[in-house]
Amino acid sequence: MWQSPVSRLFASTEGRLAGIALVVFVLMAALEPDKFLSLQNFTSMAFQFPEFAILALAMTVTMLTGGIDLSVVGIANLSAVIAATILTQATGGGAGIVVIAYTAAVGVGMMAGLFNGVLVASLGLPPILATLGSGLIFTGIAIALTGGSAVMGFPAATAWIGNSTLLGIPTPLILFALLALMISLVLTRTGFGVKLRMYGANPLAARFAAINIGAMLVKVYVLSGALAAIAGMVVMSRANSAKADYGSSYLLLAVLIAVLGGVNPYGGYGRVIGVVLAVLTMQFLSSGLNMIGVSNFARELIWGSLLIFVMIVNTWRTKARRT
Amino acid sequence: MTTLWTRNETLVALVIVAFCVLAAFSDPGFLSIATLTDLSRGGIVLGIFAVGALIVLISGGIDVSFTAIAAFTMYVTAMVLNAVMPWMPWWAALMMGMGIGACLGAINGVLIAVMGLPTLIVTLGTLSVFRGFMLTFIGQKQITTLPPGMREFGRMMVLRGENADGSFYSLHAAFLVTVLAVVLTWVILHRTMLGRQIFAIGGSVESARRIGINVRGVQFFVYVYVGVLAGLAGIIHASMARVANPFDLVGLELSVIAAVVLGGARLAGGHGTLTGTVLGVALIVLVRNSLIVLGIPSTWQSVAIGVLILIGTGLPAWQAKRAAARAA
Repeated sequence: MWQSPVSRLFASTEGRLAGIALVVFVLMAALEPDKFLSLQNFTSMAFQFPEFAILALAMTVTMLTGGIDLSVVGIANLSAVIAATILTQATGGGAGIVVIAYTAAVGVGMMAGLFNGVLVASLGLPPILATLGSGLIFTGIAIALTGGSAVMGFPAATAWIGNSTLLGIPTPLILFALLALMISLVLTRTGFGVKLRMYGANPLAARFAAINIGAMLVKVYVLSGALAAIAGMVVMSRANSAKADYGSSYLLLAVLIAVLGGVNPYGGYGRVIGVVLAVLTMQFLSSGLNMIGVSNFARELIWGSLLIFVMIVNTWRTKARRT
Repeated sequence: MTTLWTRNETLVALVIVAFCVLAAFSDPGFLSIATLTDLSRGGIVLGIFAVGALIVLISGGIDVSFTAIAAFTMYVTAMVLNAVMPWMPWWAALMMGMGIGACLGAINGVLIAVMGLPTLIVTLGTLSVFRGFMLTFIGQKQITTLPPGMREFGRMMVLRGENADGSFYSLHAAFLVTVLAVVLTWVILHRTMLGRQIFAIGGSVESARRIGINVRGVQFFVYVYVGVLAGLAGIIHASMARVANPFDLVGLELSVIAAVVLGGARLAGGHGTLTGTVLGVALIVLVRNSLIVLGIPSTWQSVAIGVLILIGTGLPAWQAKRAAARAA
């Protein structure tokens, strides 16, 4: 059957999402052309979204296996608190100490991910509960380490990852682009990625195909932990401080973005390009609404409505195709 | 006998007993009526939420929007009663809360039962929608002067007394509402056809459909019922706190679900008991209120709850995995 290019584009989740992102962009540009289309707005958007976009990437990787990682924000804050402690303890260190702190943070993130992975893979806990519990533990350790207050007073070099530009492009954006590209390549071009998606689509078939499921799941959660720690570094650098309860609203936002991006929360399907489009849609909406003078709470309302709307459209499309 | 020992309820009950014994050793004053009434007070709202979360989990779904329903309901009820009919008695406020909760629950019900969308995503969406709608269009300021009916309810006690040291203890009347909610849910789950159907759907939707169960109708009922309970919990929360703060409650949802799962309900559906749920809530409240008695600083509270969740869900999961490995 011949399909027009347009209907073929809209047949895929990502295609529809690209349409939505474009509509939102044009709408916002039409409502506030002077402010929305300014270079300043693009720069500020590019600084804002990478932190939760990286968390959404972490969520995507775990969701592809049919799991979820509710501990990403806990991991981000714990690794930020540890990096911050290193940065404030060291005196007079230059860029060297920053590198050490970042490496330690990513190490902590990977250890936390390893803990999640062992819970899910070796002990067989449902991911949602394992990461809910471990997330409380990570947050709790961060609270216990800091007594609940913010850690601040870093060397100037700390600001680089979150607040500087490289060749005119904001560093967090470059970081996100590199990570997104890397995850996309891992998912589509490596054996690990194929196994991961296969397990998500059909765990039993994956076991009969002699995939080492345990090792694969552990790697997935370690990857998710490392990504969460990187997001934590961006937040720490932008806020110039670390605290146990930063970004608590980012958890639901990360789930929302992943699902909006077409990732099937039951596993098996999801593409990084969809997640990127979902992030852009969210950021266009959020910045645009901000300019029109809509409160933060209305943003929450609109995000929720958008999520449900996209789900209705997706379900309706699949049903229409079946009949 | 072996089944009794491997059940979550037994495990949770043992942990509670161990906790109380340790607490009694480190502070003999722990074993008092005052502690008991404090804990009961702490479990009132959490208990009603947990009963709602249980019934959704049994039906094979998950609901994270109930805290937003509760916050929305308490805020709107307090505002409307203040503005239009301040003469309404306390029970009318509770009825109104249940009504608003039912309407919001019905929105979840339509999206899940009628349109067939995944429960986690729908309720994640409606959580943002309900909360965002309330904070954008209705208000963000605390209502410090509650309507007279809710104030009256806030002062109602079923038990009042004086401790040996002269301080007072009291048990709030809302505790009876929680008991009533537990009993009513028990009757629905274990004494009606509807209850059997909820278990059946949680066990296997397809099988339930083939034996002629109206799956959509039952699912719709479940989400409306959760809405009713959440609305009730919202009114009680505001009455007891003597203020309707729209920023309250949201954020509790995962702890409530954790309490229910700790009590043996399964995320996959079809399993769960009210005894387990009540014990799970008791344990969470105990840890929240009394960790300090054991000499553990309150900054470690969330670590303790996290460890409990991992042990409570990890032990049965690990046993099941071992049993499966032995069978294979």
